[in-house]
Amino acid sequence: MNTLLDISGLRKAYPGVVANDDVAFDIAPGEVHALLGENGAGKSTLVKMIYGLVQPDAGHMRLHGRDYAPTSPKDARAAGVSMVFQHFSLFEALSVRENIALGLDEAVAPRTLSDRIRTVSRDYGLPLDPDRLIGDLSVGERQRVEIVRCLLQDPRLLIMDEPTSVLTPQEVETLFDTLRLLSKRGVAILYISHKLDEIRVLCDRATILRSGKVVATCLPRDETPRSLAEMMIGTTLADPPVRRAIPGRTLLKLTGLSLPTDDPFGVTLSGIDLTLRAGEVTGIAGVAGNGQDELVAVLSGESPVEAGMIRLDNVPIGTLGPNRRRSLGLLSAPEERLGHAAAPEMSLTDNTMLTGRVRQRLSTQGFLKWNVAANFARAVIAQFDVRTPGVDTPARALSGGNLQKFVIGREVMQKPRVLVVNQPTWGVDAAAAAAIRQSLRDLAATGASVLVISQDLDELMEMSDQFAVIAGGRLSATRPAGSISIEEIGRMMGGGEAA
Amino acid sequence: MIRLEPRLAPSRTMMWGTPVLAVIATMIAGGILFAILGKNPVEAIWTIFVDPILDPYSRDELFVKAAPLVLIAIGLSFGFRAGVWNIGAEGQFIVGAIAGAAVGLAFYGTSAIWLLPLMALAGMAAGTFWAMIPAFLKVRYNANEILVSLMLVYVADQLLRAMVAGPLRNPAGFNFPESRLFHDSAVLPLLQGMPGLTQYTRVHLGVLIALILVPLAWVLLRKHVLGFNIQVMGSAPRAARFSGVRPSSIVYICLGLSGALAGLAGLFEVAGPAGQLVPALPQGYGFTAIIVAFLGRLNPLGILAAGLVMALTYIGGENAQLDLNLPRAAISVFQGMLLFFLLGLDILVRYRIRFGARGIAQ
Amino acid sequence: MMDVIGLSADLSLVTALSYLLTVLLPTMIIAATPLVLASTGELVVEKSGVLNLGVEGMMIMGAVVGFIVAVESGTPVAGFVIAALAGALLALIFGFLTQVLLSNQVATGLALTLFGLGLAALMGQTYTGIRPPQTTRLDIPEVSDFPILGDMLFSYDWIVYFALALVGAVWWFLNHTRPGLVLRAVGENHDAAHALGYRVITIRLAAIAFGGACAGMGGAYLSLVRVPNWSEGMTAGIGWIALAIVVFASWKPGRVIIGAWLFGGVTILQINIQAANLNILAIAAIVLALVTVVMIAFNLRTKSRQGWIRVAFLGALALLGWAMALTWPDFRLDSAYLSMTPYLTTIVVLVAISGDRTRAALNAPASLGRVFHASN
Repeated sequence: MNTLLDISGLRKAYPGVVANDDVAFDIAPGEVHALLGENGAGKSTLVKMIYGLVQPDAGHMRLHGRDYAPTSPKDARAAGVSMVFQHFSLFEALSVRENIALGLDEAVAPRTLSDRIRTVSRDYGLPLDPDRLIGDLSVGERQRVEIVRCLLQDPRLLIMDEPTSVLTPQEVETLFDTLRLLSKRGVAILYISHKLDEIRVLCDRATILRSGKVVATCLPRDETPRSLAEMMIGTTLADPPVRRAIPGRTLLKLTGLSLPTDDPFGVTLSGIDLTLRAGEVTGIAGVAGNGQDELVAVLSGESPVEAGMIRLDNVPIGTLGPNRRRSLGLLSAPEERLGHAAAPEMSLTDNTMLTGRVRQRLSTQGFLKWNVAANFARAVIAQFDVRTPGVDTPARALSGGNLQKFVIGREVMQKPRVLVVNQPTWGVDAAAAAAIRQSLRDLAATGASVLVISQDLDELMEMSDQFAVIAGGRLSATRPAGSISIEEIGRMMGGGEAA
Repeated sequence: MIRLEPRLAPSRTMMWGTPVLAVIATMIAGGILFAILGKNPVEAIWTIFVDPILDPYSRDELFVKAAPLVLIAIGLSFGFRAGVWNIGAEGQFIVGAIAGAAVGLAFYGTSAIWLLPLMALAGMAAGTFWAMIPAFLKVRYNANEILVSLMLVYVADQLLRAMVAGPLRNPAGFNFPESRLFHDSAVLPLLQGMPGLTQYTRVHLGVLIALILVPLAWVLLRKHVLGFNIQVMGSAPRAARFSGVRPSSIVYICLGLSGALAGLAGLFEVAGPAGQLVPALPQGYGFTAIIVAFLGRLNPLGILAAGLVMALTYIGGENAQLDLNLPRAAISVFQGMLLFFLLGLDILVRYRIRFGARGIAQ
Repeated sequence: MMDVIGLSADLSLVTALSYLLTVLLPTMIIAATPLVLASTGELVVEKSGVLNLGVEGMMIMGAVVGFIVAVESGTPVAGFVIAALAGALLALIFGFLTQVLLSNQVATGLALTLFGLGLAALMGQTYTGIRPPQTTRLDIPEVSDFPILGDMLFSYDWIVYFALALVGAVWWFLNHTRPGLVLRAVGENHDAAHALGYRVITIRLAAIAFGGACAGMGGAYLSLVRVPNWSEGMTAGIGWIALAIVVFASWKPGRVIIGAWLFGGVTILQINIQAANLNILAIAAIVLALVTVVMIAFNLRTKSRQGWIRVAFLGALALLGWAMALTWPDFRLDSAYLSMTPYLTTIVVLVAISGDRTRAALNAPASLGRVFHASN
């Protein structure tokens, strides 16, 4: 068989953890090869070695039959290997052309570059205007810039790291068309993802990693999502319990919520109507950058609005600040764990004081009761199985999953009446994600109302009783779960109307 | 190969160790500087750092010199923690002195026990007002408070000149630009003869107040929600807003507090050691206090120690000027070097120095 | 009208105008040149994402070093060159502390200023009261002797033209070269630049050194041309004004020149008003009237209602000022108040520019002042 990239015995270890252990697989030209695995399985380290960002401790790579050992991304690109990262390296205040120029290894005259951008982007079905500022582009369009930047360098192997987590279902289709076109032209694609449905549709072969080792190589089309998941996690999965919640009375009501944005790269909210009822989990789907952050800021009290736009128990609270809302029982957990939901440099006890002071009575007359706060922090850590040396550890020392468990746990244990959560399991390992979802379900079961905003449609489908889509700062009408198809949701996420 | 490796948590040893290391490094570098200037380095360092501690009169003077530094630095430290940079404390100091002096002179000759407190209030109010200008402009117009507060220093300086040449000038002073000498009720009482102090000490009531303020400030910082909010604001502004802290409140409170304390320090200076309003009143305490604040790690107790160290360089420097003919400007260089060393060594708090390649797990 | 302002009654308008153009205007340009140099240098530094508050310290070091070298060697050119080197060296201390040792930029910049002021005072002790060698002025045979225009445009020392050329060069560098693009990218998003393989720290250190060199030259211009002699603390806050000008210019090189001329103008104007003992009410009224005229011109384009209200307000103030001047023709203000005007003007300008938050957000380099942690 004609092999493009051949890897054998690859190994990389860091202090305390073996990231990749004796990894071996191969890719043929034009093959779309999936790299599957949970968060922390070793996928990122492996591709970093292929792309030259990191050097392996042992093992061999061969490209086009010759030894391949890049010492930097530049070497990799020179050999024909290109990569589109999950986190884009883009400059918001600069134009598309300038951004692409910065990513190229040689200087190209501006006019020539603009022409090439127009041509190549059009050829591959991802049209781009070279003069637009990145800040004005949607997330999907920004990914196009990253992809076109790679394509301009004529790669033989294109690595894509979790490309569809920020795309609407329609944008995913467009991307797949582009990838299929590339594949037909002989470009091999290494596709990293944990989205099992997509892999079954797109990929020819799949290599599955778990704890740094290759546990299986298979043909995704011959497998089911369930069998793939079980290979990834290593155990058999239990079916999630079927939700049949009977919603209680209305707790929170949004009426005509509107808030113009003063940030040049922000999203204006307009005319949002939403009713949250006791015992119910409401899911809001949407691609990042469509107003989720702005909506959560309005609900948390960071962005004041007209009083009547938000009613808690029929009391207008739109002008109240975060602590007043907390005392009334409305709590929230923002998307950004480090820096927003928690102060990275401060201890877990400090971070408990951050949101728990009012509701947990952690102060009298302004004087803080640090030992009570520490005890509450310990309770959260115990209840939510947060792995940490202690309550004095700074928040940034915790892993993503553990910090998220702490953040969610901190809010859940304050017994909110309404809890708003933005991207509850983003970047969190499977076990922690399952625990977080369960705790949110349990919270709803006690009679609270839970609002979950997420980009993960599977998660929302599994958890929600009712469902809406946010796009361009507007919220669709809510529908009961099960009454709407993935295609319709996808269309609404892209800005179209539900049928 | 030398590498910097981030620590899991800031090192407490280093937090209190680096100021000490910085002082030592400055002594060494200062010694080199003095050698270049043709002075005996050991003798110079001894004159500056050790002599003042041995002489009882100089010891008292340390507190007199440290009091305004500590007072201003405590005010500044809250703002610095929150990311509010009040660089214009010198200007707030000046207007505090002007306002206090004006009140004292307005009641010239009147013997009253309420005069000094009134002057102190006037000084604090003026300092607060002067600091409210950059605060308001920052909140309302997003104007950089560093530049605005700094410009106001130069304005305050000119205002002082105008005041001593005009409205506050001594009518019997032969047209010299200076005010009358304050009368008894308008001068800070001296703590002469108190236990531990010399008979002719210049230690005044203001020093006592500055010392009392240190533990109060510590309680505010560590045990009160205001101190907590200030710390969060500086550490993670987005988390602070999520917690319910209003950025504009923090700006007003921090600038108001440091303005009041700087204005009070100005009043203490003019009603204490100076005894009258003169154009040469401002001696850069507002700027030196910035060094004191950082040297003291923005912590009230540390600031007390740092203020005394800085006062040592002032008093010792004056002695060296007289005894060793050391130029006055050398002391500013000294103080600048101290801040440089402190800032450079600061990295040891959050990073560890490692030699060799990174370790590998097996 | 002349005696209301406080000038001699038999001074004609033409003479006054010619004085304005051939004497005042050149003085303004000379006063502005140190600002043009220092602000342009700081602009490049800030474009790379670093805030260096040590401009005052670097300028005064440039002033003293340039002065000493010029006096000892007899050539001002050597003074300027060594001053630039001294500024760059001092700036690199700041660079090392902030970029390699990750120290707080605000505190380190202040330390640089304090240290620079002290060191300059120390070095310059034996050099007060000396006159430095004269810097060459432009002297094109026919052109420089041309009436009025010759004095206005062609009779300056070479630094003035160098400074203007420098602004043009920086503009070209930033907007039309690849290294300039990389520098802007580093200032926009240092993490992304690092991910793309660019050496963020090296680029920033180079920018910092350039900024220091420019500030050093600007300082040397003060002691060698503008004043020209050396005295302790002679910069009197000009370094801080340079920082304000960068904000005023919205980080665009061309606007730095406008800002520098504005401050140069205010400074010279207030000095001359003090010297000529003029009636400040009349002068203020004239200035307000001119500003009103300029704002009318601007508002004819944008036609905003708020703009017209501002115009009416300023015009009314101008008339009020003139009325007051007529009522009190002998009104004289203590010179101290006049000396405040450059600093007050800086505050007003900062407020005016920063107030439009949306525009400010678009123009300010996004990484400005943030610490860069290289992570793998």
